[in-house]
Amino acid sequence: MTDSTSSPRVDGGTAPAAAAPSGQSGHVLRSSPLRRLLKSPTGLIALVILAGVVLMALLAPLLTSQDPNHADLTAVLLPPGGDHLLGTDSAGRDIWARLVFGSRLTLAAAAVAAVVAIAIGLPSGLVAGYYGGIFDGVANWSTNVLMSLPAIIVLLAVRAAVGPSVWISMVIFGVLLSPGYYRLTRTAVQSVRNELYVDAARVSGLSDGRIISRHVLSVVRAPIIIQTAIVAGLSITVASSLDFLGLGDPTVPTWGVMVSDGFKNIYRQPISLLWSSLAITLVIGGFVLLGNALRDSLEDLEKTKEKRAKPAGGRRARPVAVEVGTEHHLLKVTDLQVAYPQPRGGRKVVVDGVSFHVDRDEVVGIVGESGSGKSQTAFSILGLLPDNAILTRGAIQFDGAYTVAPGEDHVTQSRLAPLRGKRIGYIPQEPMSNLDPAFTIGAQLSRPMVTVMGLSKKAAKQRALQLLASVGIPDPNRTYHAYPHEVSGGMAQRVLIAGAISCEPDLIIADEPTTALDVTVQAEVLDVMRELQQRLKIGIIIVTHNFGVVADMCDRVLVMQDGSLVETGAVRQILHAPQHPYTRMLLSSMLEGKTPMTHLLADSTAGSDR
Amino acid sequence: MTTDTLLTVDDLVVEYPGKAMFAKPFRVLHGVSIEIGAGQTLGLVGESGSGKTTLGRAVLGLAPVTQGTITFDGQDISHASRKDRRALSRHLQVVFQDPYTSLNPSLTVGDILAEPLGIQGITGTEARARVKELLDRVHLPQDAMSRVPREFSGGQRQRVAIARALALRPKLIVCDEPVSALDLSTQARVLDLLLEIQQTTGVSYLFVSHDLDVVRHVSHRVAVMYQGEIVEQGEARHVTEKPDHPYTQRLLLASPVPDPDRQAAKREARRAHAAAQAA
Repeated sequence: MTDSTSSPRVDGGTAPAAAAPSGQSGHVLRSSPLRRLLKSPTGLIALVILAGVVLMALLAPLLTSQDPNHADLTAVLLPPGGDHLLGTDSAGRDIWARLVFGSRLTLAAAAVAAVVAIAIGLPSGLVAGYYGGIFDGVANWSTNVLMSLPAIIVLLAVRAAVGPSVWISMVIFGVLLSPGYYRLTRTAVQSVRNELYVDAARVSGLSDGRIISRHVLSVVRAPIIIQTAIVAGLSITVASSLDFLGLGDPTVPTWGVMVSDGFKNIYRQPISLLWSSLAITLVIGGFVLLGNALRDSLEDLEKTKEKRAKPAGGRRARPVAVEVGTEHHLLKVTDLQVAYPQPRGGRKVVVDGVSFHVDRDEVVGIVGESGSGKSQTAFSILGLLPDNAILTRGAIQFDGAYTVAPGEDHVTQSRLAPLRGKRIGYIPQEPMSNLDPAFTIGAQLSRPMVTVMGLSKKAAKQRALQLLASVGIPDPNRTYHAYPHEVSGGMAQRVLIAGAISCEPDLIIADEPTTALDVTVQAEVLDVMRELQQRLKIGIIIVTHNFGVVADMCDRVLVMQDGSLVETGAVRQILHAPQHPYTRMLLSSMLEGKTPMTHLLADSTAGSDR
Repeated sequence: MTTDTLLTVDDLVVEYPGKAMFAKPFRVLHGVSIEIGAGQTLGLVGESGSGKTTLGRAVLGLAPVTQGTITFDGQDISHASRKDRRALSRHLQVVFQDPYTSLNPSLTVGDILAEPLGIQGITGTEARARVKELLDRVHLPQDAMSRVPREFSGGQRQRVAIARALALRPKLIVCDEPVSALDLSTQARVLDLLLEIQQTTGVSYLFVSHDLDVVRHVSHRVAVMYQGEIVEQGEARHVTEKPDHPYTQRLLLASPVPDPDRQAAKREARRAHAAAQAA
């Protein structure tokens, strides 16, 4: 693990016009779906198989000189070889010719079913998803009816009524498959219907038709393609099954009819069963593999993960002692560097050489803009970085013991797990998404106390109620029994703060704890945190972009830019006399106390409304 | 003020149908009245759920008008049809909060900017020239045209969204929290851009935000919304510095300042204010 780090860094702000390809440069991360499809082995195999069958169907007359329907009763059930490449069937027809011409019909049957299903499912799904209302209701009801019909029985009934025709069967089967497309389309459309870019198009005056074709259709394209690959395989199965049961049209050569014939003569000429079964298996398998490969290439993001070098010697050995004279720090981060491997090789460094410490009864703020590495630093301490993150350098020690010793490339969960939740608390940014909607707040609060602290259920409830009261919740009992959706965002954040302090931690890491809250609620939540901190004498790390929050809460401040620490110091020093140009720039971006441009304008023009 | 009033919203009520079949409709706006003069900015402040975004959406025709009237440029647009809206879109535009979802991820920036032009029948070389001009105006490089939104940072995307709003040289742009998803330094630059555009083109803004500092920075007049009503409105300096209504006072006192000592004093003032209100 050497530092072969080419580090293209995330560009946080709006780079001025000159700084060309900046921002979250997407083109680094993704290659085209087709290329990814060809690169995946399953995709390639599937495409080769299917391309082979399509070629076979197209070139059928060139591949054989035999008539697939020419019966020769003098040459029944011949073994492969001679005039008949794969032998003959029970009517003396050439198996190779039937196989080749049968591929035409098999593919055409699959295509008919898919086209019919798409033709019904896609437009109705678009309309139902986009407009909703009565059509949506009726269409949902109809699809439910269709889906409850057993396909094979419907097909048998149709065959009994109108006679054996593979085309009619496939049209009916397409109708029966259409609910799959309908549901897929409807769900996809509903999810984009309320996207802001659709609203923007509406404001621009775009007609519904154009909105659907431009903005909505592109979203359903990928799932439809994937579904079609699967539906094609399914149609071939059903068409072949009908033929096999002897319900198909006996006058046309299909693989199903061939399997049926081979099966009847399995004791007389076993090999004749093989070819058609093999063809069906290969094609269906090809479609299934294609569907899977398409899903991977169209929907999933590539995730790059480096293979970790196995550490020399046993990993669990040596509990390294921390540097003498630093044991008294509650938390100490030394020269931390965090990197992510890139798809094109190399690594992207997101935290670079960060060192700081936090003592008991101290509030430290980490300030920076998006992409500055402030959250990554916090997550490294918590051991909550994604799997593919690498701690390329540095060490983290908590209360006199390493959680990440020098030379280790990732957080040892076994060392951190007993600390997290118990001695290190965490307050997240989005209160709502951090509460499980399926459980009451009380259950979520008291459960960790039962499992981590070993309290009885009753004692845990008692304590949970106390905690809820201590974070300023007016009616703890009601909140205890409420579900997360029944409380406001500010209340939810208080619940999480109560959760963070429930096991009496020494350190709390708060990641943008008030960013999602209204300013009046923010003030109250900060009051709660400050009061708790002063009462419990805990250390707090607040990750924030808001200097107002820093001024309100922190004793010391770290300013981060592009993964590095650019300035650290006492809060007054940083806010009153910032040294680093970046800190100055950030502070000067604050609007508070500035003379607004419009005031100047208003004074010069008619500033006399009302 | 009456001669060059661009937008008048009079006693606007917006209700959404209840979730259950015969449930009582949910009233989001309870009789809201505002006015925006030509070339002016009305800042609309309020907390989440106050109805400020709904007011903006009602003006744009994206929220149902139950009662009251919206008059734009002398024309009643409270119940404008789709066809009227198409004509209106030339003069009435929008910049949304989230630059990550307000741009279609699968279209290039050039296509996004050409879309409103195409609707008004501007295509081909004329549209291309206009797109270039727009990119210039929002200080984005020309090669942005052939790139897709995900290649840009948040601030740059918001510039694209502003350029799209400007494409048809509108008279009014509804800015719905246009900077709240952006970083501090980016935020300041986008606000400067909006002000610069107002100075050169004379466009009016309905500027919706939860941040009093931001609203103070860009507005001529400010209206404060609370629970679907406007509790205070008036000249920007007055409302944002010496507000009359207790709610606005609370809002002002709650926003923290980047100075520990002043912030401590402000905190005390906020507590005193809360105590006084409770008494």
